[in-house]
Amino acid sequence: MVDATDLYQEIIMDHTKSPRNYEHLADADHEAQGDNPLCGDELTVYIKLDDGKVTDVTFEADGCAISTASASVMTEAVEGRDIDDVEELVETFKNLVTGEEDANAIDPAELGDLAALRNVQNFPTRVKCATLSWHTLQAALNGRDEPVTTE
Amino acid sequence: MVPPPFLILTARLPRDPHLKYEADPSQDGPEVDDLLDAELVDAIRKDFPILDRKMREDQRLVYLDNAATSQRPTQVVEAMRRYQQESNANVHRGIHQLAEEATETYEQAHADVAAFVGAEGMECVAFTKNTTEAINLVAQGWGLTNLEPEDAILVTELEHHANLVPWQQVADRTGAELRHVALTDDGRLDRASFHDQLDEDVALLAVSQVSNVLGTVNPVEAMTEAAHDVDARVLVDAAQSVPHMPVDVGEIGCDWLTFSGHKMLGPTGIGVLAGRREALEETEPLLFGGEMIRRVTKDEAEWAEMPWCFEAGTPPMTEAVGLSQAIDYVERIGREAIHEHSRELAARCQRRLEEVGCEVYGPAPEHRSALVSFNVPGIHPHDLASIIDDDGVAIRAGHHCAMPLMDHLGVAATARASFYIYNTEEDIDVLVNGIERAEEVMSVEEDGR
Repeated sequence: MVDATDLYQEIIMDHTKSPRNYEHLADADHEAQGDNPLCGDELTVYIKLDDGKVTDVTFEADGCAISTASASVMTEAVEGRDIDDVEELVETFKNLVTGEEDANAIDPAELGDLAALRNVQNFPTRVKCATLSWHTLQAALNGRDEPVTTE
Repeated sequence: MVPPPFLILTARLPRDPHLKYEADPSQDGPEVDDLLDAELVDAIRKDFPILDRKMREDQRLVYLDNAATSQRPTQVVEAMRRYQQESNANVHRGIHQLAEEATETYEQAHADVAAFVGAEGMECVAFTKNTTEAINLVAQGWGLTNLEPEDAILVTELEHHANLVPWQQVADRTGAELRHVALTDDGRLDRASFHDQLDEDVALLAVSQVSNVLGTVNPVEAMTEAAHDVDARVLVDAAQSVPHMPVDVGEIGCDWLTFSGHKMLGPTGIGVLAGRREALEETEPLLFGGEMIRRVTKDEAEWAEMPWCFEAGTPPMTEAVGLSQAIDYVERIGREAIHEHSRELAARCQRRLEEVGCEVYGPAPEHRSALVSFNVPGIHPHDLASIIDDDGVAIRAGHHCAMPLMDHLGVAATARASFYIYNTEEDIDVLVNGIERAEEVMSVEEDGR
């Protein structure tokens, strides 16, 4: 059986304690707020786009280790990618943490730090923590005004 | 029926003086509290088969989420099974023997609840789905029909959303003003704030007797008296108090009192609205339909007498049987003894958590009921709950349906351990060990983050 300690691998703890791209982006051209009404976690994602490419992405959050690490890993993973590419990565990530079969077939090397969140699939109560930033990223890219929630 | 094992243990063992909570001498007048006798708790635990369940990799279940829902003893489950299999019929509509039995049983449950909370009679006890529905019944059945723009509704900053959001809606729809009693730094209601805001405009005071987040025991009796002095009606949300302490509608003097069955060893699906006859008579039904009428024509209807006018549709019959049995179980142990036990555990837990560096929210033990909200520095409560779940420990983590209170505390979430009759000091040991393990897992100690 997978222990909760398997959730908190070194990579996760590193991102939790030193989140990358953790700042307010004053000149963002897209931003969205997400919250998890079950636990009160809040998160904002800021994006700058240029010619269909994510040139800068940052976040601010008040949340658990899993949601903070996931957001941090996400910003590193999507920076420099085309929007279409990002949308695809979001779906891949969601499949990964919900334990969809095709996502488990992906070579961990291709996922980089994202792979460290794979164990979330063994903790259904924590999937929303891991996906909050990704839902919020999608909302920011799609220009939705309403705050997204995990519900 | 075989008597519950604990009934055999009528004689209490001498109490171990070492188990007493040593109160801080700087605090005013702490009461000397005692745990239930260990042998009695052992006997009680045997009535809860779920406590023998092995969690994850063979861990003992340490259930510390009682403020969310308690477990149910065999006696409650068995009473409900027997009712279902031996006496089930719809109430109030049949003339056959089963219907008669079912009706008698169902009505007796109202009488049992009335006696349990000191309501004038069974007509002053209506069954709802839960506490939330009971509060909504008053909010919509009394608030919407009685309040006007010049009125004010007084709530407090520590209310559960169930005793806040309905009043926000009433304020919104009637134009009444919504006011909030502020809190002191240690999480009690601020007396000055209460009296400042309680003026002649206040038509309703809605307050919980015990906070589901801080465990604060509010002086609802004195607050009710003050509110009645300005002719305000008073609703007391007793969801967290009724399971633990003696609660008496007459003594509190409140107009409405609400609670749920499932937090006091009873089943889910049944809540209670009890109250003073006069206030209930002013309350319109929330739900309309069958069972709640006396006479119906093509165009209009007359309501049945109380409490049936509040119980449209087929009511929670099986749940009422379970609630009656739960009351019986609670009364046999005694609510004074239960309260001492759960307060004592909360006090010890508070002390232990503070010893290991946790931040504990809420008042000193003498103002606190059966629960402790806390945070471990550097660990989000969700992460803590996940990690100690590996140890078989069930705690709650989150905002506990009290987001304004989280804002007051300046946190997004807390962890909460809540106790009941079957919890022991060993449960606190497992919790504290789990917290120390969580600190290792999250390597909090290494760099202090």
